[in-house]
Amino acid sequence: MEILVCVKRVPDTAENEIEVKSDGTDIERDDLVYSVNEWDNYAVEEAIQIRDNVGSGSVTVISVGDEESEEILRREMAMGADNGILLSDDAFEGSDGKGLATILKAEIEKGKYDLILTGAQADDGAAQVGGMLAAMLDIPYASLVNYLEVIDDKKLKVGREIEGGNQEMNEIDLPCVLSIQTGINEPRYVGIRGIRKVASVEIPVHAASDLGIAADAIGQANAKVKRVDYFVPDLGEGAEMLEGDTEEIVNKLIELLKAKGGLK
Amino acid sequence: MESALIPPAKAFFLGIPTAVFSLLIPIIGVAVFTYIIALRLAPLIKAAPDNRFNHIPQRVYNLLKIWLIQYRQPRYMLAGVLHIMIFFGFLTLSIRSISLVVIGLAPDFVVPGFGGIIGDIYNILKDYAATMVLTACILAAYRRGILKPARYAVPAKYGHDHTAEAVFVLGLISTLMISESLFESSFVAAELQKGLHADFLAPLALPWIFKVLLSYLSVDSLQTIHLISYYVHDLTFFFFLCFLPLGKHFHVITSVFNVFFMRTQQGNIKPVRHGVADDKLDDLDSFGVKKLEDFTWKHLLDFYTCADCGRCSDQCPANAVGRPLSPRFISIKARDLIFKNYPIYPYGAKFLKSEPLIGDIYEEDEIWSCTTCGACEQECPLGIEYIDKIVDLRRGMVDEGMVPQSLQKPMRALEKRGNPWGKMEKKRSDWTKELADECPVKILDKKESAEILYFVDSISSYDDRMQDIARSTAKILSSAGADFGILGKAEKDSGNEIRRFGEEMLFQDIKDQNIEAILSSGVKKIVTADPHALNALNNDYNNKLLPKVEHISQFILKSIKSNTINLKTVNDESRIYTYHDPCYLGRHNGIYDDPREVLDAIPGLTRIEMLKSKDRSFCCGGGGLMLFYEPEEDQRMGVLRVEMAKEAGANVIITACPFCLVNIEDAIKVAGLEGEMEALDLVELVQQHLI
Repeated sequence: MEILVCVKRVPDTAENEIEVKSDGTDIERDDLVYSVNEWDNYAVEEAIQIRDNVGSGSVTVISVGDEESEEILRREMAMGADNGILLSDDAFEGSDGKGLATILKAEIEKGKYDLILTGAQADDGAAQVGGMLAAMLDIPYASLVNYLEVIDDKKLKVGREIEGGNQEMNEIDLPCVLSIQTGINEPRYVGIRGIRKVASVEIPVHAASDLGIAADAIGQANAKVKRVDYFVPDLGEGAEMLEGDTEEIVNKLIELLKAKGGLK
Repeated sequence: MESALIPPAKAFFLGIPTAVFSLLIPIIGVAVFTYIIALRLAPLIKAAPDNRFNHIPQRVYNLLKIWLIQYRQPRYMLAGVLHIMIFFGFLTLSIRSISLVVIGLAPDFVVPGFGGIIGDIYNILKDYAATMVLTACILAAYRRGILKPARYAVPAKYGHDHTAEAVFVLGLISTLMISESLFESSFVAAELQKGLHADFLAPLALPWIFKVLLSYLSVDSLQTIHLISYYVHDLTFFFFLCFLPLGKHFHVITSVFNVFFMRTQQGNIKPVRHGVADDKLDDLDSFGVKKLEDFTWKHLLDFYTCADCGRCSDQCPANAVGRPLSPRFISIKARDLIFKNYPIYPYGAKFLKSEPLIGDIYEEDEIWSCTTCGACEQECPLGIEYIDKIVDLRRGMVDEGMVPQSLQKPMRALEKRGNPWGKMEKKRSDWTKELADECPVKILDKKESAEILYFVDSISSYDDRMQDIARSTAKILSSAGADFGILGKAEKDSGNEIRRFGEEMLFQDIKDQNIEAILSSGVKKIVTADPHALNALNNDYNNKLLPKVEHISQFILKSIKSNTINLKTVNDESRIYTYHDPCYLGRHNGIYDDPREVLDAIPGLTRIEMLKSKDRSFCCGGGGLMLFYEPEEDQRMGVLRVEMAKEAGANVIITACPFCLVNIEDAIKVAGLEGEMEALDLVELVQQHLI
């Protein structure tokens, strides 16, 4: 089975303190560390497991981003993906969700993939590219997949969690796009040694011209969704920021919980 | 010279000269033994290299102390004394056994040098030795078969019970003792009956007792006993020799080698592969131990040598709290696998192909359960190693991507930020801000320099509670008048646990960064309050340019002795203090007394010892990445430790490691002993008592 997984390089929320720039145009990016978007990592692990279980085919990881995104493609290849493709062009910068889906679609149509996986969402995204991509490719789409089973080369069984911890199962025809939820598997560890082993593997970089994308469909200028502002919300009524060191905060919280009847 | 009985070398049985048996039994015995040993050596030859021909004087010393003197045996008093009785008995009787084999062909044979007075003394000694061995065997069989000490039990998942084998071997040894004594006493009894010169038998020893019992039998009966006992001894001796390499009694043969080749350095971890330098690691195809033959030959020899005594698992904190790890079975399972993969029967059977060990004989959680506290290795009377094996297995798992999710995040954070919490580098020195007025801490960089580096390490830099340790350390250094500073954001995690959790390449990266930062700071000395940092820098970094790291307890003790630090009378004389030895300060670095002497230097302080202390200290639960691991366990190690302190009658636990403090403070809460029991770091206590 030929599987393509869309991955994104994002600021690592576990290892950063995200602060909004005072002018509201972006977050503070000095001192940030980046990694592969967590959901995407689960999607790659799932793709590798499907390939290994089916016993044939390949896993390709693809990312839209600057040259720094090569790092996360390598990490996913160290995990076990066979190929990496970087889609990079100054013209891509500032694209909205639809723009990104347009770029991905152009590359995907150049190949022949049975299954396309994306993370359910990106840490810095809005969970929209997967669905748009499926619509543009005119193939079926299932979102928030936390269970996946290959029935045959035409069909998959996919599950998602519904309210109350219940599970819903669906059959879906291939080819299709799935957005993968965390917890579907336990992604394997990628050590420094693994990354070094794939350090010299060639990762092709495709620009807008290679993909034949019309300039008016992508980029900041053509985005139909435009980011207007970033800000920290004002404290609303009933909200209170506890201050002090951890112990003081905990003590205040306990007092509050007791006072409001949350703790007896 | 006239003889009362016909010796085995000259007797006939059904018309056949018995000398034929005297010749055939040793030849067949030695041939079978050689064949078995050759097959036992096969996996050792295929195993990974190991550098064990260094430190010869140390090895000879270990051999004398641990093998010959049996120094570690009496740590378990009854079993130890019984073993010493059997061991020395065996050593003494080995000469007699060999000469007996030859006597079957040459009746007048005497071992060279044993002709005169030496021979007479030896004969008395060996009579008592045989008596001692038989007595020990009976007691040991009673203990194993009837009393059944708990540590020999085999949990169902690890296969069948080993008591039958143990008792069978005790039976074989007893047979050897009895037959040897009967052979001799039947002869002496016959000589006495015929009024000939009879050898002197050691009074009240086994042959003497038999001589008294046999004195009523006819010479004919004595002749029969004489011959039968000889061949029973001969057969048992060679059967035993060939039986040894088939199970846990292989240690009778391998122990002398295993102890000679045992670990000579403390606290360090073996290189990924002996003979491959750190900067050539990228060239290796595979890392760590994935299949049997990836172990080094010494580690396979360890498996052969395990005597199944269960002391390692009895001391293992992971085993005590019900984690799925029992060091004893790390050895037993591997030995069983070697025996299965390298079959000795039928002759010419093919060696089996090695399967991955994880999933076959070991589980992932079993290997992650180890805190590398070293209690097992400290205890083993045979010098068997576990930490290096566990680390090698982890290296193999890391290489295959088999790392629990709970550990992946801190490992990635260490890679990106140099600390397992993923906190920002620039905040590494935030703990000093509070001290700005009282005792400013220099951050060593291009502008600032100092004589002493305080290597803080991650937990004392970032953890709210453990920052108190860093601040107390700084205050003590400052009060002793030391010219010191810290590396600030240039310091990375020491990497002690990164290496021990099998992420060797990440360790190498972090090590290189730290070495560069330390060397460029130009400091002359390094002090730390974190034994894990001390251990990594002193035992793992292997850089000759780095100054040796001193633990703060050593610094404090020296300062007290030179009167640069003075301590006032203890704040609360009613409290009872006990000192908990951190594994990486005590067992791995031999620093047991300095912290105790510091405590005793506080006037009026009452200090008591817990039952498990010094080299038998009980691990608090493990440090570094072990804080992030989510083990399967029935209870926390820390809780057991706190209960031990309570049992000893203490109400303050003093430790000298931030990880111990985290675990013990948590455990006090879990055990519901808040208010009754308190935990403090040594530096906090000292700082409170500075004058």
